[in-house]
Amino acid sequence: MRYMVMHYQTQDMEDGVRPSPEQQAAIGQHMQEAAMSGVLLTGEGVHPSSQGARVEVEAGKVRVIDGPFAEAKELIAGFAILEVDSLAEAVEHARKFALLVGTERVDVRRVIELEDLQ
Amino acid sequence: MDAAQLDQVVATLWRVESPRVIARLARLVGDLDTAEELAQDTFLAAIEKWRTEGVPDNPGAWLNRTAKFLAIDRLRRRDSRRSKYQQVAATAPETVEHDLDEIVDGDLADDLLGLIFMSCHPILSPDARSALTLKLVCGLTTTEVARAFLAPEATIAQRIVRAKRTLAAANIRFELPDPSGRRARLDAVREVVYLVFNEGHAASSGDQWVRRDLAAEALRLGRMLASLTPDDTETLGLLALIELQASRINARTGPDGQPVLLRDQDRTRWDRLLIRRGLDNLDRIQALGGSPGPYALQAAIAACHARATTAEDTDWARIAALYDGLAQINPSPVVELNRGVATAEAFGPQAGLDLVLPLFEHPGMGEYPLLPAVAGDLWCRLGDHAQARELFLRAASLTQNTQDRSVMQQRAATCAAGH
Repeated sequence: MRYMVMHYQTQDMEDGVRPSPEQQAAIGQHMQEAAMSGVLLTGEGVHPSSQGARVEVEAGKVRVIDGPFAEAKELIAGFAILEVDSLAEAVEHARKFALLVGTERVDVRRVIELEDLQ
Repeated sequence: MDAAQLDQVVATLWRVESPRVIARLARLVGDLDTAEELAQDTFLAAIEKWRTEGVPDNPGAWLNRTAKFLAIDRLRRRDSRRSKYQQVAATAPETVEHDLDEIVDGDLADDLLGLIFMSCHPILSPDARSALTLKLVCGLTTTEVARAFLAPEATIAQRIVRAKRTLAAANIRFELPDPSGRRARLDAVREVVYLVFNEGHAASSGDQWVRRDLAAEALRLGRMLASLTPDDTETLGLLALIELQASRINARTGPDGQPVLLRDQDRTRWDRLLIRRGLDNLDRIQALGGSPGPYALQAAIAACHARATTAEDTDWARIAALYDGLAQINPSPVVELNRGVATAEAFGPQAGLDLVLPLFEHPGMGEYPLLPAVAGDLWCRLGDHAQARELFLRAASLTQNTQDRSVMQQRAATCAAGH
């Protein structure tokens, strides 16, 4: 089964503060280690919300709002898709990632797969 | 946290952390038996401690640290015993500790690769290699390995014990061969990955056509191996091949579990993420250069199917050409049979039969159910239904898989009706 592991931004990430070389090395090492576990299928990170936009729909009316957005810690900073046996296993990988990347929150959500729709 | 919850946490951690714990221990103490024993001690110590103090924030780090302490302790005792008997100077323990510091800070990739080389050692039979590797490198319990292979637990337990005994008797220690030795050893590892994958993907026995758990373990192993040897094109080729084949698993069986042939599959059911990963790895192989090996060529063939949005779009001429290349570097009757199938699709059933018919003379092919199945199909397309029927019945009698058998019997019955 697959899980999407999403980590949330910190204010520093939103402010575009580049992670220190040590932090970058730690994150790189973690990605490498996750790959070595054989569970990492794909993953991406995103830029601060100043480079993004939001599309809101209310009663059929569409409103496009350009970033940045105020609530930095409510925004996703990136995701990884893991192929694992269980939620518990995905959580163990998320836990390691959270400690390394310095995020305050990581959500672990099960990916809907074809067999779930039958 | 109650005892059952703690057991659950530790079982998950065994799956996630035990391969790297065992790998590092094997590197420290040299042999698999001691490494596995110390890993078990480490996890027992964890249960003991966490029962009262709770699970630490970073249990993986705790386990690795504890494993290191246990290993150093074991080596010190081993060392002092040795100095007692051999009257070696008291400097020995310090030397050990100095070396240990270097190893402890060493590369996880080297640890894991060394462990994989041990568990896939060519001295072991492929069956023993598979069982040992699933246990130590994938972090499965003996019960889980047995379930995956549909074998009694006692059989698998014995197979694993025997494998470890064989390694010990031959004095196989943790080692990282030099680059040329590494290439040869990687062959033995890839063989295990592919064997496990095929056992899961095209179950040769039993009434299940696809055994996902076994295929999933092979994929995990293949991904591990490719990340440990990122410049090895054949390992990337193997990973691309099994990911592309696995991308079709959901489409390979119909609602009642019956097999669905490639040309009849609903391609919207193919796994796009696995296809993308497979195609990306083929691009990496191309970027690395060199002439493609057998796995990379087979992956390139699988990619031709993955790229075709309908069965009619399949580039059969390219597939036939890739099989020509494969037949040159890795000639085998099975490759020849597939070359026949591709050639028939690209250039007509007669061209295919010309390649397939000589295979009936091949001594190894007498019991191979796919040969009469393919030949039957080609005769059928040429309009010779009597020949085709006989061959389908022969294929049905040869196969061990109940699903395959019913498909062949059905095709024979259709032939008898004259179409």
